[in-house]
Amino acid sequence: MNKIKCECGHINPEGTVLCEACGKPVEGNQHIDGNDQKKLLNMRYEGSARRSQTYRKSMVDKVWGFFSSVKVGVWLIVLALVASMIGTIFPQEQFIPQNAVSRDPAIYYEDQFGLIGKIYYLLGFHEMYSAWWYLLLLGLIGVSLVICSLDRFIPLYKALKIQKPRRHETFLNRQRFYSESKEVSDAEIEQVKEKLKKQRYKITEQNGHILAEKGRFSRWGPYVNHIGLIIILLAAILRTTPIMFTDEYVWVREGETIVIPGTNGEYYIENKKFHLDLHDPDDERFKDAIEQTGAVASNFQTDAVIYKDANEDIPGAEPELEPILTESIQMNKPAKFDGYTLYQQGYQENEFSSMTFKIHETDDEDAKAIDSFTIDLFNPESEYILDNDFRVVIDQYYPDYYLADDGTPASETNYPRNPAFVLLVYPPDETEPEISFLGIGRNIDATGENEYKIAIQDFDTHYVSGLTLRVDHTLIFFGIGAAIFMIGVIQGMYWQHRRVWIHPKDDGVLLAAHTNKNWFGLSKDIEKAIEQTNIKMVEDRQELDK
Amino acid sequence: MDLVNLSSNMLFAAFILYLIATLFFGATIREKRNKENKKEVAGNIAITITILGFLAQLTYFFTRWIASGHAPLGNMFEFVTFLGMAMVLAFIIIYFMYRLGFLGLFALPIAMLIIAYASMFPTEVAPLVPSLNSYWLWIHVSTVAIGQGILFISFVAGLMYLIKEIDQTKRTKRNTWLEIVMYTLFIVIGFIVITSAFNIAGYKATFEYQDGNQIIETEYHLPAIVSPNNGVLRSENVMEPLFEAPAWMQGEDAGRKFNTVIWSLLTGTLIYGITVLILRKRVAAAIQPLLRGVKADLLDEIMYRAVAIGFPVFTLGGLIFAAIWAQIAWGRFWGWDPKEVWALVTWFFYAAFLHLRLSRGWHGEKSGWLAVVGFGIIMFNLVVVNLVLAGLHSYA
Repeated sequence: MNKIKCECGHINPEGTVLCEACGKPVEGNQHIDGNDQKKLLNMRYEGSARRSQTYRKSMVDKVWGFFSSVKVGVWLIVLALVASMIGTIFPQEQFIPQNAVSRDPAIYYEDQFGLIGKIYYLLGFHEMYSAWWYLLLLGLIGVSLVICSLDRFIPLYKALKIQKPRRHETFLNRQRFYSESKEVSDAEIEQVKEKLKKQRYKITEQNGHILAEKGRFSRWGPYVNHIGLIIILLAAILRTTPIMFTDEYVWVREGETIVIPGTNGEYYIENKKFHLDLHDPDDERFKDAIEQTGAVASNFQTDAVIYKDANEDIPGAEPELEPILTESIQMNKPAKFDGYTLYQQGYQENEFSSMTFKIHETDDEDAKAIDSFTIDLFNPESEYILDNDFRVVIDQYYPDYYLADDGTPASETNYPRNPAFVLLVYPPDETEPEISFLGIGRNIDATGENEYKIAIQDFDTHYVSGLTLRVDHTLIFFGIGAAIFMIGVIQGMYWQHRRVWIHPKDDGVLLAAHTNKNWFGLSKDIEKAIEQTNIKMVEDRQELDK
Repeated sequence: MDLVNLSSNMLFAAFILYLIATLFFGATIREKRNKENKKEVAGNIAITITILGFLAQLTYFFTRWIASGHAPLGNMFEFVTFLGMAMVLAFIIIYFMYRLGFLGLFALPIAMLIIAYASMFPTEVAPLVPSLNSYWLWIHVSTVAIGQGILFISFVAGLMYLIKEIDQTKRTKRNTWLEIVMYTLFIVIGFIVITSAFNIAGYKATFEYQDGNQIIETEYHLPAIVSPNNGVLRSENVMEPLFEAPAWMQGEDAGRKFNTVIWSLLTGTLIYGITVLILRKRVAAAIQPLLRGVKADLLDEIMYRAVAIGFPVFTLGGLIFAAIWAQIAWGRFWGWDPKEVWALVTWFFYAAFLHLRLSRGWHGEKSGWLAVVGFGIIMFNLVVVNLVLAGLHSYA
């Protein structure tokens, strides 16, 4: 280490640009902050010795130097920004609409957007935000944050701690705000001091040299907010682990009680009732708007009971459900229990729960019911024996009927969304059945010789409620990170570090001032302080870049 | 008079007051050469009228809130109107910090343009859908709007800086780009003029088109230059469309929106053309002499300060409050929805802006360009993302 001794007696670490104590430019180091090219001194980090600017030989130095550059940081930000924008040109994979021709990304993008869509898919832009290189970019921003902050914070902190009121003349006359005054009395200086104190400046003195300073803590703002961001990035990494984060989706029918996935079989949910409420179209307030746009939903709600299985620990035992929570789950009003949160997410309507059929004589024009029976679509019985000695056997049941490509009937799902049956009807005292095929809008007599006909008399439908289960133990870290970020950013942006130096010279003074932002505010402060004195107002010598 | 009527009248009154205030801010230039205190008189009258206008708009906002039972921030009209109000609020704050009347001469007309733009959307009081039904609606949305309003001031100061400083004596790349920015403002004017004109005339033409296996009806309020893809005209005695929207334009009402864009471009270009013919020079060049009396470094300072003040507010409203609400409503605080991504893009951009200010060479003109681009991103998020990219936030 080649320490640099300044003429004021202070010993500076290697790489110092401006003496930590008196601010005198250290010869030979001025190129580091570009001071050799300009009249004004670059005051950014007080001209302190930064590792990145001092040691640049070894591999570690080079990596450190690379990531400590604000320029590199800004480039990383710009790259992340551009990538984020590209990701919104077409919908991301998870946002491919339900009614798309195909939800397979290999087909969807080309089908919908042509060649550009195909390229978009092939480059992997359809899952941009989970792409390894996008995450790497965010990670590199994190590394840059840490290194930039360390590289600057430590020397800056030292320099501001060591600074002395007595400053070298070269330091003062190379400040943006500067004036030289003659014939200034001690009383006037005393008056300026008082006025600065009134404006909450902290005054330190050294042999008649005065430093008035306020808002130094705002200099730490950027480092505080960077800590917040790093916590947020770490939380995002934590969130990828299953211990910290669970995400499950469950469909539950009205009247149904099922185990909640993601709870290790410990918790059950019963859907008592699902509500889909609409805004009243006659409501005076909204009449015009509803007329324009059609019905508007006002509430999605699942009246649910959450149960805990008391026998969960005993393998093979029947679940013994104890209700622990009765709650109306709505949008914006999730249910919380034992660290789990359930959110109202979606619903399906028009699923059938039961159907009632009647039997009548084929020739009867009035279709007068001889008998009727009801099939529970979730628990159909295999045989129904009716009051008038008719016997109906369910030969085939297709809960979600469709005609397969080879012309045979099949069921698309196990849910009764479009139920259809092949029914064998045994009239009283007959052993040979009549065969009927029944479904929504279908009633087929295969032989054309049936004496009795079956018809749908009535049906019940129910809602299916879609709920999301979340466990997110990382929320607290995101919260802390965001709070620290906000504190830091406000600290750095809403306060400014202002300093005024008064340097007695002959019978007058040199006056110089510096702030990290809001020069306008600083000039107002000085104007007020030097009122009615012989001290000249500082001149703003900013060199604006064209 | 019922509350909703009172509310719309107050909004109209606010608009007129902003207009009058702009004229008084204009007077601060004229009187510049006269006595110093006269300039202050005009400035004081102007800011008083601006504050009255702001109070009128605040009355609009709260009466509408009372009338509808929810914060009027639920659709495009309500949000954009509020954004206009936030811009005026930000201007008032910055005015009292820097006392620069010229700023009002630019900020108020653009804020008025925003409010006028808002009124082109359906203005009926609409009910809230379940997902928006939360007090986070006003917390999140109003904070975002105020943040954007403050960032808007940085755009205004940046634009003024560019108009003032960019050489207009001969044609260059820089003054061409600046002119494109001015031209964009004319397109917004074009949109407002043409939409209002045909609205007053009550023009209507109905098209039907196929979307998946549904037949959708769409109503044009402007004569159809372009019809929806595979659209069939159902109205009589209206203009026949000249061509059909390309097949990839498939979003909701894509054809109608495309038609509106074409009309806005045509009308905006026409108004711009007439303006240039009258001025006989670039619009920015014509405005330049007005700014002779303003100090460039003060504009640079305001531009930077506005970002410094607006950035934390925007972060709080657009990312943090947004995330908290998303967590409550959907169980995930971040979902890469286009609107969220664009809020992040905005945040990245202003973060880059603030970091670049640390380097030499990025003050002044380059900062001015950045301030203009930043506001461009905010407007993109408001207009294009809502109306074209659509996602969970597509409430318009």
